Amino acid sequence: MYRYDEFDARMVRERVAEFSGQVARRLAGELSEDEFKPLRLMNGLYLQLHAYMLRVAIPYGTLSSRQMRRLADIARRYDRGYGHFTTRQNIQFNWPKLADVPAILDALAEVEMHAIQTSGNCIRNVTADHFAGAAADEVEDPRILSEIIRQWSTFHPEFSFLPRKFKIAVTGSPQDRAAIRVHDIGIACIRNAAGEAGYQVFAGGGQGRTPMLAHCVGDFVSRDDILAFLEAVMRVYNEEGRRDNMYKARIKILVHQLGADEMRRRVEAEFAEIKAQGALHLPHAEYQRILSYFAPPPFADLPAVSATEGAARARDGAFAAFVAQNIFPHKVPGYASVSISLKPIGGIPGDADAAQMDAVAEIAARYSFDEIRVTHEQNLVLPHVRRDDLYAVWQALSAAGLATANIGLVTDIIACPGLDYCDLANARSISIAQDISTRFADPARQRDLGELKIKISGCINACGHHHVGHIGILGVDKKGVEHYQISLGGSAAEDASLGEIVGPAVTADSVADAIETIVDVYRAHRTGGERLLDTYRRVGAQPFKERLHAAHQH
Amino acid sequence: MRVVHPQILTAWRLDDGEAVYRGAGGWVRALEDATPFTGIEAAKAALEAAEADVAARVIVGPYLFDAAVERGVIRPLSARELIRAKGPTVRLDLGKQAAHLPARG
Repeated sequence: MYRYDEFDARMVRERVAEFSGQVARRLAGELSEDEFKPLRLMNGLYLQLHAYMLRVAIPYGTLSSRQMRRLADIARRYDRGYGHFTTRQNIQFNWPKLADVPAILDALAEVEMHAIQTSGNCIRNVTADHFAGAAADEVEDPRILSEIIRQWSTFHPEFSFLPRKFKIAVTGSPQDRAAIRVHDIGIACIRNAAGEAGYQVFAGGGQGRTPMLAHCVGDFVSRDDILAFLEAVMRVYNEEGRRDNMYKARIKILVHQLGADEMRRRVEAEFAEIKAQGALHLPHAEYQRILSYFAPPPFADLPAVSATEGAARARDGAFAAFVAQNIFPHKVPGYASVSISLKPIGGIPGDADAAQMDAVAEIAARYSFDEIRVTHEQNLVLPHVRRDDLYAVWQALSAAGLATANIGLVTDIIACPGLDYCDLANARSISIAQDISTRFADPARQRDLGELKIKISGCINACGHHHVGHIGILGVDKKGVEHYQISLGGSAAEDASLGEIVGPAVTADSVADAIETIVDVYRAHRTGGERLLDTYRRVGAQPFKERLHAAHQH
Repeated sequence: MRVVHPQILTAWRLDDGEAVYRGAGGWVRALEDATPFTGIEAAKAALEAAEADVAARVIVGPYLFDAAVERGVIRPLSARELIRAKGPTVRLDLGKQAAHLPARG
């Protein structure tokens, strides 16, 4: 894992001291709320519906056991005993007191964590594939470039006052588990025909009220040039992005208005200028230095197939079901990545209590080289587990209430905090997720439906990624009553697409019924091993619209 | 503009961000203790007066919302204010609805 060098440590300490002073001045009346608000937002501190909310950065979703234990400590000591893992691989605490925030940031700094750039119009926490460094299909560990971008972008003076917030995601595999096409910049690690490592760069993706898929602006950018190229994209955006209307300020609007070809031309021109100045390149030695932090742990030489695991699967059906659903192939024989679902049936997507965080930390320390990942789908991952240990890991997870075998299934739902917590929300999300999860609880039925990604947002800002859900659900307010618009056909993966609204908005108590209707249509039309998304793409929206219209016409 | 519904004046408490309401004797934690304003002038005047409490670091972000008042019971007209007055509907052990919270304010 990446370890802070002296610059990182000093920078974070200085920021904690600075913000501690700002909190003290606010509480003493030396700063007004108008003066304080932008300062607290720069440190990840929001004021939500019921309380302050502190958003803590988890760079590219990677945590050590020590860090996870510290998050549990903070949850217990300063919050209400739990935390919420988000679609940006971060964690949010929902109940901190203002006066406690400096102490929380101090506690985070001790384990090399912070809340810097988790809000505001800057480059936010870089997200990456949660199987980074482990996935069998990986071209390059995306955390290396993600860490380089983190160092380059943190407190970067030119990019501290962008027209709007800016999100970058990196995938190291052809299978996109980082949703790169719906980010301001999305990067795929690739190799060219000569076998050289480089990056394909997309720009202009995003969700929110105007969802757009990113366009490719660089087919192959060499490693040496990647920062210069990213700077070129940022510079075009910073100079030409709109600042007069916050709803039109994201880079997606600029790319849309210029057109993908013109955007690419401008980026190339800016890139040529930066290169001509020779100011910014990524030295091989520096790449190697960062790479060394992500060196593989000392894997043992193991047979690919584990007899221990096989025997356990044969005698314990629940374990076999867990392995079938929550295990991902590892690049090293005899190892696997284990997904820990934070979506128990009827539970709150992404929430973990302090005891569960401690349990995950303990299991990771013992079985996964101390490493934990947070996924953008609001689950956790133990990236490097011996297949021989899978049964013991499953037992330990079961004891902590963390062994739900539903990864990628209908109950593995993304939901933003929605109106239960969020000051921006128009409708609840979590309760809708709970209704659907409870309705589809039967494991056999879930497996029959196969991969089915439901994503729920409580407002048009789309933190719950509803535009790219196979089934997307958007909460809207109609005269003070929560209603839900349902869309079909979205995907955040390498086959990225935006969903299409398929019927009139329904009330909260009708959403699970509407999902039943959609699933019925899918089951009636599916062929072979088709997922709901595949069936929808083949047969189109019409059969779904007709049935929904008939079933929910009031 | 004519005020159709009674208005409730609310804000967040500075130190912990809890929702508070303007009651007869000051800021109160429970919506039931709030004072509904039935005239636009009175509501606006209360909102303006709240700026003094913002300056005094008691509250932040004061605003008015619509409510119905029936037999003395205040009921917000939006789902947002209903939830804000109680706590998360998915965690009945948290927020104002949680009985174990120490009395403050």
